[in-house]
Amino acid sequence: MKILIKGGRVIDPAHGIDGQFDLLIDNGRISKLDKNLAADGAEVIDAQGKLVTPGLIDLHVHLRDPGQEYKEDIISGTRAAVAGGFTAVACMPNTKPVNDNASVTRYILDKAAAAGFCHVLPVGAITQGSKGEALAEMGDMKEAGCVGFSDDGHPVTSGELMRRALEYARPFGMPIIAHSEDLDLVGQGVMNEGFVATELGLKGIPWVSEAAPIARDVMLAEFTGGHLHVAHVSCAAAVEIIRAAKKRGVRVTAEVTPHHFTLTDEAVRGYDTNAKMNPPLRGAEDVAAMRAGLADGTIDAIATDHAPHHIDEKNVEFNIAYNGIVGLETALPLTLRLVDDGVLSISDAIAKLTINPARVLGLDSGTLEVGRVADVTIIDPQLKWTVDAQKLVSKSKNTPFDGWKMVGAATHTIVAGQIRYQR
Amino acid sequence: MTFRHKHILGIEQLSKEDIGFILDTADSFKEINSREIKKVPTLRGKTIINLFFEASTRTRTSFEIAGKRLSADTINITASSSSVVKGETLEDTAKNIEAMRPDIIVMRHAASGACDYLAKRVDCSIINAGDGAHEHPSQALLDMLTIRQHKGRIEGLKVAIVGDITHSRVARSNLYGLTRMGAEVRLAGPGTMMPPGIERLGAKVYHDMNQAIEGADVVMMLRIQLERQGKTLLPTLREYAKFYGLNTQNLQLAAPDALVMHPGPVNRGVELSSYVADGIQSVILDQVENGVAVRMALLYLVLGGEQAE
Ligand SMILES: [Zn+2]
Ligand SMILES: [Zn+2]
Repeated sequence: MKILIKGGRVIDPAHGIDGQFDLLIDNGRISKLDKNLAADGAEVIDAQGKLVTPGLIDLHVHLRDPGQEYKEDIISGTRAAVAGGFTAVACMPNTKPVNDNASVTRYILDKAAAAGFCHVLPVGAITQGSKGEALAEMGDMKEAGCVGFSDDGHPVTSGELMRRALEYARPFGMPIIAHSEDLDLVGQGVMNEGFVATELGLKGIPWVSEAAPIARDVMLAEFTGGHLHVAHVSCAAAVEIIRAAKKRGVRVTAEVTPHHFTLTDEAVRGYDTNAKMNPPLRGAEDVAAMRAGLADGTIDAIATDHAPHHIDEKNVEFNIAYNGIVGLETALPLTLRLVDDGVLSISDAIAKLTINPARVLGLDSGTLEVGRVADVTIIDPQLKWTVDAQKLVSKSKNTPFDGWKMVGAATHTIVAGQIRYQR
Repeated sequence: MTFRHKHILGIEQLSKEDIGFILDTADSFKEINSREIKKVPTLRGKTIINLFFEASTRTRTSFEIAGKRLSADTINITASSSSVVKGETLEDTAKNIEAMRPDIIVMRHAASGACDYLAKRVDCSIINAGDGAHEHPSQALLDMLTIRQHKGRIEGLKVAIVGDITHSRVARSNLYGLTRMGAEVRLAGPGTMMPPGIERLGAKVYHDMNQAIEGADVVMMLRIQLERQGKTLLPTLREYAKFYGLNTQNLQLAAPDALVMHPGPVNRGVELSSYVADGIQSVILDQVENGVAVRMALLYLVLGGEQAE
């Protein structure tokens, strides 16, 4: 089966391509990229006025499967992913049971393959049960298909264990993805520590509870030569630590979520539990630092931290509401806002969602190079739409962006040469 | 003047005029409390539910008496937060109570924002009787009534509030109210008990209590919640009392006729020495008395009462 995508603005940041080309997909792979390609029996997609980019890759999602399928499952999660333009998602291991061994990894991959929406890239646990006590079988999980390791949801409290994780993963060529949080400093905090928390009378989470463990882990990466990837950076001090480490040549990469570069803790006013997340929404100066970090390359990738929760887990007092929001279907337009705001060029914005996350995970994707698997996203950058939480494809509707007017959306999501989503 | 607030969720929502109107209304209700028959038919046939998720004999009793003096039927429900453990959510509780068709729910809850939460989900009026570390509006109003009674005004007074500002809903509500009424508010407490950005609400922040109370017209001491301080906010009660307790000596730094206030119950020898708590400058019992009048005013006004009796 062939697909010819005609007349779009093709952006492939990995090769510095930005121009009007036709793209031919044949037998699941990128076959030709050139001007005026003949249809030659291929299904033709008219991409006039649209962007044709490598398939978007989300480094950080929670599919909640196995174990919490009432929030999301691999089928609904990957359907939400393709609706948002993503052709691949890396799923965190904090499932029930935890993905800390090859059999859970295989379950995830089998179910994802059967669902057939997009590639699922399992992230294995760093430690057994994500308990922070003993290393998990990283080699075995890599063989089964894991792309990195993380105890996301829990920090690796022990410096010794973090050191060993970086050392052990290094020869396997795998990143250690850090969820950075000093739980003592977090205490009973439920939102960013600052003026808004003071007014609302909610316990604060200080930025130093995030930055201090990042500083430790950056030094451990420097010490071991391992690859540290810092998940969901949210505070200015963390960006500064990573920037300085990169200058010294430390193998550290980082991601930021769309909500952390878009919203401040002001969103919590009214005790909106859809603005409750971990790390918490920070202050305006932190949001500015996220944007500066994206602009100068300190922050490599944009990842959603898609965290579905059932309405019953959010429709409660702020203190006891669960952390997290869904993000797969709003990430692309929020990223395109950065282009409007002059933070990123369109090519850099696409890079943060394609080649950069691919590089973090050591993947063979994220580009439109001829011969590669045909993961392609076609984006209408002008399409105006309004977020309606109830209409989200994800099983859960926990978004602070309900009712937001967005510009830009994926019109086609093509995974391995198959159209998996069409708007 | 008409009172246009259906709910009393916090002082933050009230204008200077609103506060003045509530205090005037409370003043007129005070007279009822000194009659031999302390009851008027104003809210006859109305149902008030005191929904307390946190124990508080004082505030609950005060609201209960206020309701009864206005002839309302008042019912106390002490919901333990263990209902959450049993799987009943605050929303369930609210819907169940609403089905009993009360006119007002007076609510106390350990979670900041719980009263806002309820107000968005039920039809009746909600009066916040203390939510987490957020607000305690009726306490601030009775404090302001007490100050006005003794000083004849609030505007221009220097009020020092001393103690655990971070965890105090009393401090927040008083800060909003007093600054709105034109007072100068000084906050003092240990570094561990001063929340970030509080000065943006119009307060002057001190860590030396003596500086804060110097020349003050009112010294408001906050209760140290022994159970809430953990092990990290202060070393010992002994040291707290030494640096942040009010005694006959440091009280001399305040204006000679300064009022000493405390929302109660007092940890004697910690926030206040007994000499000061029982001394001539203490208006702690006036605060309690005024609490009934203020709560009568609130119950009356949220149901649309226009002029005081
Ligand atoms: Zn995390
Ligand atoms: Zn996560």
